[in-house]
Amino acid sequence: MTTLPTDDPFAVLRSLTRARIGLGRAGDGLPTAPLLAFQMAHAAARDAVHGAVDFARLADALAPHPTVEVASAAADRALYLRRPDLGRRLAETAAERLPAGPFDVVIVIGDGLSASAVETNAVPTALALAERLADLSLGPIVLASQARVALGDPIGAAMNAEVVVMLIGERPGLTAADSLGAYLTFRPVPGRRDSERNCVSNIHAHGLPPTVAADRLAWLVRAAIRLGLSGIDLKEDAPGALPPAEPPPALT
Amino acid sequence: MAPRGTARRVIHDGETHVFDDLGTLLACASPRRSGDEGAGIAAASARRRVAARMALADTPLTAFLEEPVIPYEIDEVTRLILDGHDAAAFAPVASMTVGGFREYLLGWEADTAALTRLAPGLTPEMVAAVSKLMTNGDLVAVAAKTRVVTGFRTTVGLEGCLAARLQPNHPTDDLAAIAAATLDGLVFGMGDAVIGINPAGDNLATTIGLLEMLDGLRQKLAVPTQSCVLAHVTTTLQAIDKGAPVDLVFQSIAGTEAANAGFGVTLSLLAEAREAALSLKRGTVGENVMYFETGQGSALSADAHHGIDQQTLEARAQAVARAFSPLLVNSVVGFIGPEYLYDSKEIIRAGLEDHFTGKLMGVPMGIDVCYTNHAEADQDDMDTLALLLAQAGVNFFIAVPGADDIMLNYQSLSHHDVLRLRHLLKLKPAPEFAAWLAATGLADAAGRVPPLAPTAAPVARLLAAGGAR
Repeated sequence: MTTLPTDDPFAVLRSLTRARIGLGRAGDGLPTAPLLAFQMAHAAARDAVHGAVDFARLADALAPHPTVEVASAAADRALYLRRPDLGRRLAETAAERLPAGPFDVVIVIGDGLSASAVETNAVPTALALAERLADLSLGPIVLASQARVALGDPIGAAMNAEVVVMLIGERPGLTAADSLGAYLTFRPVPGRRDSERNCVSNIHAHGLPPTVAADRLAWLVRAAIRLGLSGIDLKEDAPGALPPAEPPPALT
Repeated sequence: MAPRGTARRVIHDGETHVFDDLGTLLACASPRRSGDEGAGIAAASARRRVAARMALADTPLTAFLEEPVIPYEIDEVTRLILDGHDAAAFAPVASMTVGGFREYLLGWEADTAALTRLAPGLTPEMVAAVSKLMTNGDLVAVAAKTRVVTGFRTTVGLEGCLAARLQPNHPTDDLAAIAAATLDGLVFGMGDAVIGINPAGDNLATTIGLLEMLDGLRQKLAVPTQSCVLAHVTTTLQAIDKGAPVDLVFQSIAGTEAANAGFGVTLSLLAEAREAALSLKRGTVGENVMYFETGQGSALSADAHHGIDQQTLEARAQAVARAFSPLLVNSVVGFIGPEYLYDSKEIIRAGLEDHFTGKLMGVPMGIDVCYTNHAEADQDDMDTLALLLAQAGVNFFIAVPGADDIMLNYQSLSHHDVLRLRHLLKLKPAPEFAAWLAATGLADAAGRVPPLAPTAAPVARLLAAGGAR
């Protein structure tokens, strides 16, 4: 028998949080509806992780901005997931395809861990950012497959970029499978530490809108160039309060 | 890297396998996992893996005292392990090889009392080594004979008990949202291990705000349990200075000095934090004031692994925990990601290993049975691992509303899952907490928590007292 959570005090509590509370019980298990709702959320996250970004379509949507496609050294998704180090390096001949610059800013769109984040949110964010930086010299937009955040370092170095902005699919949670992250690095070279980057995360329909993210990123790009640095020493007094920092990647 | 000890050689079917030192032998003997492969230290073939196990089986346990896998001079964790070794406790097994030790542990003579006496004589390298010769079933069977009991306001780890950390995290540390998730867990009988929040923002004001809210809720509901905000140890020390109601001091720890430096901790800092928490005298049934989390891959992640496999380093992290008499220690086994544990096979194996090695050393082990969305695993796999660990006598699980942690973006066990395991395996909450559940009417005469309607008096009373009305 199912105990249905109707007409109950949990209605008050549920209005306070997106956590899955007051789900009711079927014996000691979940009722069928919340069980399947959970499975659907996990399925969306799995599809986002294993989906392939249609970079040709992205290139069309970004036109007339020039684009160039590269791949990381991770040959496929399985290897990408096992070996983050390969996702931070360019495939063997990829650097030859990149123009040598120099450029003030290079925008990279990387698939990261969510294809749906990139397909939904990368183009509007990239176009809005390019528009706000129209007075700077902007390289072709680099479309990178099997990419980790730090792949922006060899790309930016090959293109002699002052600043590289990596727009990348964030690891999906159950509540948002299409969240895009943006990582800004001044004078990118392989070996930059994460503390030398600035992050604007949580760019999606129920999070930060692409135009607001672009406002913050444009401010950060100009501040990085003016101050000659990025990362923890670049204080986050960009327009509006920045979203809370991502939780630490290791143990918390 | 130059060999650090004695090379070992195995010839099998005409094929010779050489292992340059103990660290190499341990790494090659370890079950396959992506982290060791990424570090370039895993066995290059399945045959070499078993050959390493053959060589390991013939290795005397004393070798681990004579050949530190990370040099004594450069690593304070090695110094802690060797300086703190209890030779008298070790004596009954001192002449054994690793293979012989496996059979001893499985034997009927190695009962709970014998294993409890033995624990201080075991080093993490010894327990990691023997685990590599064990099947999953062996890991469950031996761990089930161990018992590590600790206390603060509840007693955790008693025979026949299964506790739960209630983990009501929220992405913006919203106090009302956290209170709502806490009430949801209490209705299921969760929270007897601890009500523990991972704060989204690790700063003093947030930490104190969360500590005060949790302590207020605990007192208002008269729940016999402890609370914890899993901020960095230095933040918690500051909170203690400011007079905040700190029950337990939390810290993530690892198995090497360099990896602990990456977490911003040293052994002396942990000792200072423990003294500070003890000085508050907030425990009622015990004085175990520390809570640690560990996880395979943390040292590799910090580039501080010294070529040692991630499971051996995990056991060393547990040895660090052991030195501070913690109330709770858990591995966050599937949280660190597929680059360390790729799929459910690797996660399940690692969860059983972490529980086994910790318990054998006398560490009060719980497990966060969990996975991320980029790992090849799902909730069915968590059911499997949780069933195995409950059979193995795990002290506690992490429980999250609907298994979905909306702050850390990963999945653990749900309140339902833990309650089901209690009922299925006839396990009880911590006794002090069980008495509270009975007194509030949330539990029935048999100590079970039935599926009450949300409007039923005990639930409605709890929610009203918790401020939901």
